[in-house]
Amino acid sequence: MILLIQYTLIFASVLCLVALGGCFSEHSGVINLGLEGVMVMGALGGALTLKSMAGASYVAVVFAVIIVSAISGLVYTVLLGVASINFKADQTLIGTAMNILATAAATVMVKAINMAENPDNVSSTVQYVEAKKAFIVMIGKFEFNWFMLVAILALVISYVVLYKTRFGLRLRACGENPQAADSVGINVYKLRWAGVMISGILGGIGGIVYITAGVSEWKFETGVAGFGFLSLAVMIFGQWKPVNIGLAALLFGFFRALSNVYSGFDVLASLNIPSSVYNMMPYIISLLVLMFTSKNSAAPKAEGIPYDKGTR
Amino acid sequence: MNEKQKKSIWKNDGFQSILAALFCIIAGLFVGYLVLLAINAKGAGEAIVTIIKNFFNYPTKPAMLKYLGNTLVKTAPLLMCALSVQFCYKVGLFNIGAAGQYVAGAGACLYLALALHMPWYVCAIAAIVIGAVDGMIVGLLKAYANVNEVIAGIMLNWIGLYTVNMVLGTVKESTSPYTLAIASENPNAIMPSMGLSSLFSNNKYVTIAIPLAVIIAIVVWVIQEKTVLGYELTATGLNKDAAKYAGMKEKKNIILTMMIGGALAGLGAAFLYLTGYEQWSCTQSSVPAMGFNGIAATFLGGLNPIGTVFASYFIQHITSGGSYLDKGIYPSQISDLISSIIIYLCGFVLFFKYFMNSRVAAKEEKNIASKAAANKEDGTK
Repeated sequence: MILLIQYTLIFASVLCLVALGGCFSEHSGVINLGLEGVMVMGALGGALTLKSMAGASYVAVVFAVIIVSAISGLVYTVLLGVASINFKADQTLIGTAMNILATAAATVMVKAINMAENPDNVSSTVQYVEAKKAFIVMIGKFEFNWFMLVAILALVISYVVLYKTRFGLRLRACGENPQAADSVGINVYKLRWAGVMISGILGGIGGIVYITAGVSEWKFETGVAGFGFLSLAVMIFGQWKPVNIGLAALLFGFFRALSNVYSGFDVLASLNIPSSVYNMMPYIISLLVLMFTSKNSAAPKAEGIPYDKGTR
Repeated sequence: MNEKQKKSIWKNDGFQSILAALFCIIAGLFVGYLVLLAINAKGAGEAIVTIIKNFFNYPTKPAMLKYLGNTLVKTAPLLMCALSVQFCYKVGLFNIGAAGQYVAGAGACLYLALALHMPWYVCAIAAIVIGAVDGMIVGLLKAYANVNEVIAGIMLNWIGLYTVNMVLGTVKESTSPYTLAIASENPNAIMPSMGLSSLFSNNKYVTIAIPLAVIIAIVVWVIQEKTVLGYELTATGLNKDAAKYAGMKEKKNIILTMMIGGALAGLGAAFLYLTGYEQWSCTQSSVPAMGFNGIAATFLGGLNPIGTVFASYFIQHITSGGSYLDKGIYPSQISDLISSIIIYLCGFVLFFKYFMNSRVAAKEEKNIASKAAANKEDGTK
């Protein structure tokens, strides 16, 4: 039972962080379908930092990993920003390209690093068994992970920034009606860049949380197994509002956790349902949820439409 | 007169598409070369040539032909996925679910072939039907519940993958995660070769799937360019509300498009798995890249079915070429890296075309202005 709660919370943290990232980007008017790729890049940066810092003090490891992951994600979203804000490219296409590129690039990089260390090692796996302990504080049998705190902080800060600051109001204006925002002197391009870059930071941190959630090594060929997309579903289910996103993340995290630990419950194990079914659950549920919630969507009105000053 | 011809080639949409595609390819290969340089500078030049050469790496002609055959065998399903994406994109739908429709098709045709011992055409039809059903779900969700087709498609990709793994788990080899070999289990389910394999040094995987895929590309082109259906679908894609206003059933068009797209991707899977070239691994934890590469081929092909044929071949050519790299030095995923950079750059194609058109337009305006000025001078004289 404790294990289920623990997995639920950690997966919810991932979904919450990444969905908040998507939330910032979409409120500024840019659809970030490349979140999956951003997560991979954040995970890569974080995993390599973890690997190289094995043995360092725990505080240093935690901060270094978070910072490096955030920067990796941030740098990677520049690809999205340049293409979709400055060059008005199709955001769906760019996002898709970023997802494929991230997995390919991460695999190539990890393989190259592994081969440079040991010519016989052609795998795309990074190990961080020792260093991973830095994130975990045992409270009884419950493994508290610092990332859970990071996710809660991100949630609170996001709420304040989006709804209680001038920046948040202007950001949302750019997603709802960029022409109007521009007419009162707001620089739409600048704010969209800000939205995209925040999504990179949060997505990058989400990536490292995901790959350290259950395991102590990661094979980069698998990417992040659709978690970026699941986060987008969380964001839509949360109707682009931080608090709702937090709750949606908990729900989705629960179902994802169930697929990891269902064999530990006698009731579920005796049902003898193949593990594939549990793996499918989060996706099926999000489809059903989207089916009932998309009709009255609260999506920012101008999302996905490149801003062109000429259309003012 | 001469002037008119000159501007027509720069303004020609097809010419611009080809130019843009070539630019993307060259830039993609160049970035790939830089990555190779970064990994190991000494062999980089040779490695990029190896990727580009693909089957030309073999010394004898029969061997070359045989491996050209292998590349073509994998081009056929890629082309089908690309056509699926292309067909939907024309109607304004981004069919990222092609990957899942491909998976569903693979599951259907392999199950029918291995568990029920059906002949190949029945298996292929099953793949088409199940692909269409998968697409239809996306279409229904889009038309009636306003669910974004990209998100729905992605969710269905994963649902499809896990379902197919589960279903095909009943017909797998007992010692490996792979499904039984069709050739030994049920030879009737192998697509006929009609003598094509003898053209490729008796490569037994070369079947009628390859010419069929090209024929389907041409049919798609004819439907889009020459029929009422194609016109209606394109109109729906350009402006859904205007199409509705003009009396077209925009909901029906969306669902129909997704069904056709799904059918194309499903058939693509049949084109690969019913040749026996590959067996399905029931433990795979990520959606096969075929559908995503289809997106690359679509955009590289300038969103034109015929262009897609060549683009699919090119993408498959460098992907196969990547497997000839010295694995002790370079990871074969370099090819994926190159194709993903090409997709990324394809995002800039619209801007590129816009830039070219505006340059041409500016030039024309200047010409007209100078002519008008000259005429004026003539008039005043």
